[in-house]
Amino acid sequence: MARLGLALGLGFLWLPVLLLAGYAFSESRIPFQWGGFSLRWFAALAENERLLEAAWLSLRVALGSATLAVLLGGATGWVLARRGSFRGRALFGVLAGAPLVLPDVVMGLSLLLLFVLLEGATGWPAGRGATTILLAHATIGAAYVVVLAQARLAEMAPELEEAARDLGAGPATAFATITLPLMAPSLAAGWLLAFTLSLDDVVVASFVSGPAGTTLPMVVFSMLRLGLTPEVNALAVVILAVAALGGGLALLALRGLRRL
Amino acid sequence: MRPLLLRALPLALPGLWLALLVAAPLLVVLALAFAWPTESVPPIAPPWGAEGPNIEPFALVLEDPFYHAAFAQAALVAAGTAALCLLLGFPMAIGLARATPAWRLPLLMAVLLPFWTGFLPRLGAWIGLLRDEGWINTLLQSLGLIADPLPLLYSWPALFLGMAHAYLPFAVLPLYASLSRRDPAVEEAAADLGATPWAVFRTITLPLAAPGAAAAFLLVFIPAMGEYVIPELLGPPGAQLVGRVLWQEFFQNRDWPVAAALAVLLLLALLLPILLFQRLEARR
Repeated sequence: MARLGLALGLGFLWLPVLLLAGYAFSESRIPFQWGGFSLRWFAALAENERLLEAAWLSLRVALGSATLAVLLGGATGWVLARRGSFRGRALFGVLAGAPLVLPDVVMGLSLLLLFVLLEGATGWPAGRGATTILLAHATIGAAYVVVLAQARLAEMAPELEEAARDLGAGPATAFATITLPLMAPSLAAGWLLAFTLSLDDVVVASFVSGPAGTTLPMVVFSMLRLGLTPEVNALAVVILAVAALGGGLALLALRGLRRL
Repeated sequence: MRPLLLRALPLALPGLWLALLVAAPLLVVLALAFAWPTESVPPIAPPWGAEGPNIEPFALVLEDPFYHAAFAQAALVAAGTAALCLLLGFPMAIGLARATPAWRLPLLMAVLLPFWTGFLPRLGAWIGLLRDEGWINTLLQSLGLIADPLPLLYSWPALFLGMAHAYLPFAVLPLYASLSRRDPAVEEAAADLGATPWAVFRTITLPLAAPGAAAAFLLVFIPAMGEYVIPELLGPPGAQLVGRVLWQEFFQNRDWPVAAALAVLLLLALLLPILLFQRLEARR
């Protein structure tokens, strides 16, 4: 019974993905109609300037926001796990968890209104685009990094750092040689998660972006609204291939780390 | 002075981030729900101007049945999606928990990997399957089962299908986590003592998985409540869920104060499920 349920569930999850992947190689101009094997939609993808420009922006935003998210989320997770009690700790925890539960439309609108007010008051950020999307995505990603880093540190005995301090290491040395390596797997996982969240987001980006900043999901969303093209299927295959490659590498890295 | 500075320094970066990019936006959205809509760029005059605060946006959202329906629809869709995900996800989680250790990781990857095609291309695939000249209708027509295409796309079933597909892993993973933590010997003991498989499921598996199931329900319900993209791409025109209404107020009507009021009320509506979820997590 359970096996059948699992098979059915996996079938439901995979059916659209497999069909999409298969039809990406179809010659036909009509999506999801077989017209013989062809790579023409991949070629069309490679020539679509608007799409390539958006993909390039998305990639830069995802790289930047994931890195910033690890910095912010790692520091916050460390504070929550290792600093004991301090005034405002409860508020710290609530705020750090807020981006996880806020709907995208609320997150997007509230950040946009903040950026508009800030620009009116200080002149920064001048207009909206890559920078504002990067800050918004970093905030969402960092909230996930906090959870991962905090959970990892909770598993680790604080005595490890204390022992280093007792043996004469300064706080910075103890952090760099003991704490940071212990946190590394959670930070790596958090970076990957923040990176994929950024690449997948259309709602928050639409709110906080301006005319200068159109990300890949924003282009795909407008394509889907106006009507399907086989290029979207080809694009999904490219994304899946990259993700599978990245996932495989991450898995290998995880196995390697576990052996250490 | 130095030790104090040293103690405060690690708090500076997280504090700055949380204050500027999490707390401030929430305060701003609350404040600007009392702002005035204008024809200028940006189309908003702050509530601290000469005119004072504007209570019109909140009054409108609280009084107009259109907005009541938006919240009711969103709650119903979110609850329906969560129920569907539990229904589909429970057998999957049991199957995962019972798999041999060698199979577990590959099976978990099989649950997660479809999600790496990207959220929007997957919705595109559903559009390709469901539309009039789509895969399902073409298949049914070529089999001679139907003469004219069925209006599958832009319907409530399409909306729920897309929602369930997008949110299923949110249910499977916590269910699997709670099921794999329990001791399989308990079920074996019940079976050894003569319980039928159905009795084992009803009296052992289900009660043990109940906290995980509640967590899974809320984990789907909370993000589903504010969903915009899926109703927009797959749902019927009548599916005016609060996420979609908020989007339209902002992008089409350019009424930022009403959009902000909707955001504040959506947040308030989610407060109870969020607190419930936190209590569940704390107890585990």
